[in-house]
Amino acid sequence: MTTVTRNISFNEALPALFSAQFSANGWFDGREAALKQFLALGGIPTVKTEDWKYTNVVSFFKNDLQVTLPEVPEVTAAQLEATGLILPDTFRLVLVNGVLQPHLSQLPPASQVTISKLSEAGSQPAVELYFNQSPRIGEHHFAQLNSALFNDGLFIEVKAKAQVELPVQIIHLYAAGQARLFNPRHLVVVNEGAALQIVESAAGIGLADKVVINSVMESVVAERAQFSQYQLQTGGNNLRTINQNLVEQKGKSVYNNYTFTLTESEFVRNNLNISLDEERTETHMYGFYIAAGGQLIDNHTSVDHRMPNCESNELYRGVLMDKSTGVFNGKIYVHEDAQKTNAFQQNNNLVISPEATIFTKPQLEIFADDVKCSHGCTIGQVSEDALFYLRARGIGEAEARNLLVKAFAFDITAKVNIPAVRKQVEQLASQYLNA
Amino acid sequence: MLDIKNLHAAVEGNAILKGINLTVKPGEVHAIMGPNGSGKSSLASVLAGRESYEVTEGSVDFLGKDLLDMSPEVRAREGLFLAFQYPVEIPGVSNINFLKTAVNEIRAYHGQPPMQAKAFLDMLKSKQKLMEFDANLMNRSLNEGFSGGEKKRNDIFQMAMLEPKLAIMDETDSGLDIDALRIVSAGVNKLRSKDNAFIMITHYQRLLEYIVPDFVHVLYNGRIVKSGTKELALELEEKGYDWLKEDIRLEEPVQ
Repeated sequence: MTTVTRNISFNEALPALFSAQFSANGWFDGREAALKQFLALGGIPTVKTEDWKYTNVVSFFKNDLQVTLPEVPEVTAAQLEATGLILPDTFRLVLVNGVLQPHLSQLPPASQVTISKLSEAGSQPAVELYFNQSPRIGEHHFAQLNSALFNDGLFIEVKAKAQVELPVQIIHLYAAGQARLFNPRHLVVVNEGAALQIVESAAGIGLADKVVINSVMESVVAERAQFSQYQLQTGGNNLRTINQNLVEQKGKSVYNNYTFTLTESEFVRNNLNISLDEERTETHMYGFYIAAGGQLIDNHTSVDHRMPNCESNELYRGVLMDKSTGVFNGKIYVHEDAQKTNAFQQNNNLVISPEATIFTKPQLEIFADDVKCSHGCTIGQVSEDALFYLRARGIGEAEARNLLVKAFAFDITAKVNIPAVRKQVEQLASQYLNA
Repeated sequence: MLDIKNLHAAVEGNAILKGINLTVKPGEVHAIMGPNGSGKSSLASVLAGRESYEVTEGSVDFLGKDLLDMSPEVRAREGLFLAFQYPVEIPGVSNINFLKTAVNEIRAYHGQPPMQAKAFLDMLKSKQKLMEFDANLMNRSLNEGFSGGEKKRNDIFQMAMLEPKLAIMDETDSGLDIDALRIVSAGVNKLRSKDNAFIMITHYQRLLEYIVPDFVHVLYNGRIVKSGTKELALELEEKGYDWLKEDIRLEEPVQ
């Protein structure tokens, strides 16, 4: 029995599916506990679960969804090329169904970075220290499901003080002959004083049906280390993505997250949880999304300020068109010890169509008394005055709107430090706006 | 060039323009003056095609075509230019990119190919010099963080770039100090030719010392109540508008 049968809920079917293949897979011995925790949390969350109030995923998890360890079909260099995802001037890691494909990859020097399949990294000290240890991982339904079912993924460890010169592009490819669930799992450790940039892209390869990608990446940014993570969520219409990033920052470290959701896929949910464990850290979170058609794009972020003198800064912007739905939820917790915290958060939305919807909720919980925090959200339309000004100079209405939406995204695209990434984002944004 | 006949317009059902008649020929400069709320800026907005204004009666012919039938961008491409009373700040759109887009959309409308980068930059430089426009402002976002004077100068600079046939200047002098006023006026005077025309909307006679009009019209309560030459502006400066209001009250039937 490998699929969720009709008329039986995923939660009911799961224990049988699990015992068939997963319980003894690989070196990780926490699978059963994770499965128990997943079921204890209620299994697949419904709209009655606060964090999933506007995002109904129940229908994705029934009727012949295949739940097995995935096969890994051969993918050729030509097929990879055809995805159009390859960025110039980068190192490259290509994964098929979560499994690293060395023959399609160009690895950074081993003197700087250790890269291996997660399935083969069980004896690495960093894995022992950090794997499945992220502070909020136990709260996440889908992270627990991933811990129970993951097949493979990446282990990346940057050696202390190593400055990885080029960005590392990670291309996640998914191939399946029917609807199925993928659970890729990754661990990134950037050691003391090191610097790493990664750019993640995903695509389906000849997918016959819709697949659910339930991905988890845990990252640890050690003292004085710098880690930038770009997520280019541009994958095609057969991917349904639930994406979890759990980040721990040590003293004086810098972490930057850029999440661009410019995709045809009908559903993307991002959970970004950052835990500031030591003093004087710096964190930047930038997001930009365009939702069209009947798409649902959901970003949930949280930052735990646990120690003094840390700074976090978040700016997410979105454009909602047609009958699409956007969800933004940003939580900032300033714990009792986190004096002298600076925390800023902003979510701005352009709702272009009368039938589009945005649910946005900035949340701030402060338990320290000497902090500087601000948060806010806006929902608006393209400024009529600005539109008229541009048209009065001879610029047609469609082009004028395009210029204004680009301008709206500019505060975020301007923060992108990799020119090829910026170019791709700007091109995709134009393409979606003009579609 | 421009022939306005019995133009009536309303905003949200309130009549603002109540029968404007005005003819502008190539090479002419017309000044439109009048007290606050008389409909001066509304006239500019109606001519430029602002959608919140509804034309309820009358016609406007521009170079042989029905102006009121055109969208704002088509009016601009046909050669109408509005210098805004309050130029809009648009963060994230660079001045230079905006101008290039505008120039090329106007060219495309007239069946011309887009301008080559080099030709565009040459034009930009020569017009910057002509208009005494600060080149550093070009690379910034459109009007973002510009002073009031810089915004107005940017509008006049755009006018120089787009080379309109008819420019309507809506209180371009308001908010300008005397130096900026001199530079803006000098710019306009340099652009004057026998082929183009200007309509200057202003409160004060001061601007008209720098840009000398051929005709002065007084707009009051949605109509042009008096027309004359530049001497009329001096008379208004001296006596204010009250004497005109008196005259009009005497003319209008008691209701």
